[in-house]
Amino acid sequence: MIPAAFDYVVPDSAEHAVALLADHGDEAKVLAGGQSLLPLMKLRLATPGLLVDIGRINELSYIRQETGYVAIGATTRHCDVEWSGLLRQWVPLLPHVTSQVADPQVRHRGTLVGAIAHGDPASDLAAAALALDASLVILGPQGARATPVAQFFRGFLDVDLSPDEIVTEIRIPTPAASAWSFQKFVRRSFDWAIVGCAIAGGPEPRVALVNMDSRPLRALAVEEALAAGAPAAEAAAYATHGVTPPSDLHAPSEYRMHLARVLVRRSLQEAHL
Amino acid sequence: MRTVAITVNGEFRRHEIEPRLLLVYFLRDLLGLTGTNVGCDTSTCGACTVHLDGSSVKSCTLLAVQADGGSVTTIEGIGSEPALNPMQQSFQRMHALQCGFCTPGMVMAAMSLLADNPAPTEAEVRRGLEGNLCRCTGYHNIVRAVLAVSETGERRGEQ
Repeated sequence: MIPAAFDYVVPDSAEHAVALLADHGDEAKVLAGGQSLLPLMKLRLATPGLLVDIGRINELSYIRQETGYVAIGATTRHCDVEWSGLLRQWVPLLPHVTSQVADPQVRHRGTLVGAIAHGDPASDLAAAALALDASLVILGPQGARATPVAQFFRGFLDVDLSPDEIVTEIRIPTPAASAWSFQKFVRRSFDWAIVGCAIAGGPEPRVALVNMDSRPLRALAVEEALAAGAPAAEAAAYATHGVTPPSDLHAPSEYRMHLARVLVRRSLQEAHL
Repeated sequence: MRTVAITVNGEFRRHEIEPRLLLVYFLRDLLGLTGTNVGCDTSTCGACTVHLDGSSVKSCTLLAVQADGGSVTTIEGIGSEPALNPMQQSFQRMHALQCGFCTPGMVMAAMSLLADNPAPTEAEVRRGLEGNLCRCTGYHNIVRAVLAVSETGERRGEQ
């Protein structure tokens, strides 16, 4: 499978990338690691006329401790997140989830921010970002803006990002909850989750679901039940409240609902909630 | 068209290519390095695994232009008879192949695995090779071969 022809440009900086995107509009796509975009292009589900390869902008590859949050740059690869001592210490959920994404070869190329910006409801990392209450720094022609990931995911592969904007950084509030859990149901270890669940504990636990709707989302009804004092087994029954899980060759919708309730219960118990 | 300069198996190679050319076809069709196989062509099977700047990658899901300025190692670059690489020797000794189609990718993935984790447990080897499929299902001997050349195997005197 060969992608349709396109032009390719390597910008010098994030600002340069935004200027190129502003010039080319809908025709252009941002390339970082390419582990989501290239498969789509090979299937010709995506046929951009121009690829803006930000993967070579070294200033965008970093993991830094700032006051009150950890900042991770747009081109920081999954393998860097997976092995980061700083993240293992401050936000252990994130490297744990990352270590279960795809396989080592994909993790050597793919980026955390790219996976988030892709907006795939089946993304483990999108659920982790929701559970961790992360926010994104987005650069456009008018400058930078910040948005919580909770408001970023709008629909299937649809995110709050204009064609002339790029996500330059993800911020994870610290200290993250010391109690957390990630559960994922797969047929083979490198598969996408049929259903997954990421939980960050603390006084106001956040519960996020993988592959349970058209977008990555929080299980707000579970969170409300916990806040009202419900025990884990009871709260987990609300995991399917208001969601419309897809049916596909891996699982019908009803089976996903069953899995979500089971995985949420196991996650809550693992996180001692 | 765009000119790329990629060091492949220690040799500097400069070619004018279309940006859409995938790294695996750069290696196979332009350089004639057909040891790297195309299996699934969907980033699943790992038959196309090579090293880019020391790390395993799936060359069917990487543009050759993304490797511009970098260093690529393929199965041809790690050793050939009579001077096989220790990993290749171990695959031979443990009979870690049946049809052989997955073998180049398996060997490259296994070397990258040991570079990241020189003394893996058996479970870690199996997990570390999750990106490579053997359609003959001959995983047991592959795992034995990787463990034998690891520090785990050295301690057990398997070498």
